[in-house]
Amino acid sequence: MNASSSVLHAIKPDGAFDVERIRADFPILKLKVNGKPLVYLDNAASSQMPQQVIDRLVRYQTAEHANIHRGVHYLSETATAAYEGARVKVQRFINAKEAREVIYTRGTTDSLNLVMHGYGRAFIGAGDEIIVSQLEHHSNIVPWQMLCEEKGAKLRVIPCNDAGELLLDEYRKLFNSHTRLVAVTHVSNALGTINPVKDMIATAHEHGVPVLLDGAQAIPHMKVDVQDLDCDFYAFSAHKMCGPTGIGILYGKAALLEKMKPFEGGGDMILSVTFEKTTYNVIPHKFEAGTPPIAAGIGLGETIDYLESLGMDRIAEHEHNLIVYATEAFKELKDVRIVGTAREKAGVLSFTMKGVHPHDVGTILNEDGVAVRTGHHCAQPVMQRFGIPATARASFYLYNTMSEVDALVAGIHKVRKIFG
Amino acid sequence: MRWWRASTRSGKYSVEAHPIDPAMDSKNLYQEVILDHNKKPRNWGKLADASHQAEGLNPLCGDHIWLSLKLDGDKVGSIAFEGESCAICKASSSMMTTNVKGKSVEEVEQMIQEFRDMATGKLDTGSQPNHLGRLSVFAGVRDLPSRVKCAILPWHTLHAALNSEATISTEGDRDPVATER
Repeated sequence: MNASSSVLHAIKPDGAFDVERIRADFPILKLKVNGKPLVYLDNAASSQMPQQVIDRLVRYQTAEHANIHRGVHYLSETATAAYEGARVKVQRFINAKEAREVIYTRGTTDSLNLVMHGYGRAFIGAGDEIIVSQLEHHSNIVPWQMLCEEKGAKLRVIPCNDAGELLLDEYRKLFNSHTRLVAVTHVSNALGTINPVKDMIATAHEHGVPVLLDGAQAIPHMKVDVQDLDCDFYAFSAHKMCGPTGIGILYGKAALLEKMKPFEGGGDMILSVTFEKTTYNVIPHKFEAGTPPIAAGIGLGETIDYLESLGMDRIAEHEHNLIVYATEAFKELKDVRIVGTAREKAGVLSFTMKGVHPHDVGTILNEDGVAVRTGHHCAQPVMQRFGIPATARASFYLYNTMSEVDALVAGIHKVRKIFG
Repeated sequence: MRWWRASTRSGKYSVEAHPIDPAMDSKNLYQEVILDHNKKPRNWGKLADASHQAEGLNPLCGDHIWLSLKLDGDKVGSIAFEGESCAICKASSSMMTTNVKGKSVEEVEQMIQEFRDMATGKLDTGSQPNHLGRLSVFAGVRDLPSRVKCAILPWHTLHAALNSEATISTEGDRDPVATER
């Protein structure tokens, strides 16, 4: 099935978003859990896949698979064309200048680690400083701590206010002659805060410092233009944007990528190998050693077709309506605290209930088929900032509905009834 | 674990409702006795004159408890706990303290083993001999793999305290559950 022909109907003639039609594209949403319709509100952890992408994966494995960049035979050329075609789709989707600035990785974490190994280990040394924020996911903290330990560099942290917004005055004060990199999240996974990254990048560039954005929670939900942002690196995963697991992207400005050292050695990343000397391949292949998850890469391309046919602006608007509706409903709930109340916020609702641990909330919601994430969301510094061990988190996506928000609210009432 | 069922009828995957598992009902897990111990945990605090103590951590969900006890000869003379945890962990800790008080170390180790077997589905307290008594209210966690560790944590912490280990974690080498699923 061709993605664009199928999903065109998801937009009503008046341009409105037809969520029921979109839901029909996602077979997993028909699932019943504990006898109740699945209410999937754990999209910030991983999103579901539409039939169009599932079919594309099946078609690839059924009729197109061989190793890429290797053979002269039909299948190898078919697979290579599809895989490299998906790279061009990614390039257009994020408006990168060139396709060679798009590197396939295993996911956001892998992308961030690639910058640490390829850029950080080459250009950050003893006494140098790396700026991260209070809102980072562990995957944008731990690699930098490892680098700091190895090199004797120092981590500086941008603080946030009680709403979960970064303090930009404090950010500006962190820069000095030792600052080498800013690594910051575009959208907070734990709180949903959309950081003013364009301004933050401009500030960093005034000091000649490159910026790496963790886009895992941004790219599925809003239009991202890496040239407009002028970011130096941008990392994201396919599986949070309705695509397959095991594939992600690191975008990098060509000039920086060319300066970087390869991280993994192996096949496909070389031009020539003798026992005396190996010549590395050009970007992006320099960073893509070994056989990649080819089907997943092609699936990512199909995912982009799907999202673009709906329109990222429309998806963002739909999610905004959901978070506004949910936030209003939660304000009415007694003894429920919303954690993260930034003015600019994506579709993430993190909350705590007085006297009830988030894990108990999650277990009781699950009884009625409502899937939320509970825990520290791999963002323990965020939890420490707000003085809580964990939260429950509902995160919305294009296929969620207002009545699913109602099901969540009904679940919260049930939790209160059980715990008194 | 019966979370989902897929059928390949006519070559197409489809999803079907999976059967309701009665053990999944919250009334089964969040029974009155558990809710009561959660609200009013018994033996809450820290013993000033403890002979054994240990810290238990469940990094995945943030359960964090401190356990202290004083042996009176071979028997648990006094025992206390405190910490930050979910209802299952707190109630399990509280009921553990009331149930092991006065028992010998050997009896306690036996209960630790039995509780762990019950929580991981290896011991059916209804049909097999055991020493768990009212602690069998926690049997329902076996159908909730993500909550098994919450219920077991105090028991592993107790084992660590009796064997003079300072800190245990439910992750990594000491993961009590990973190899038992």
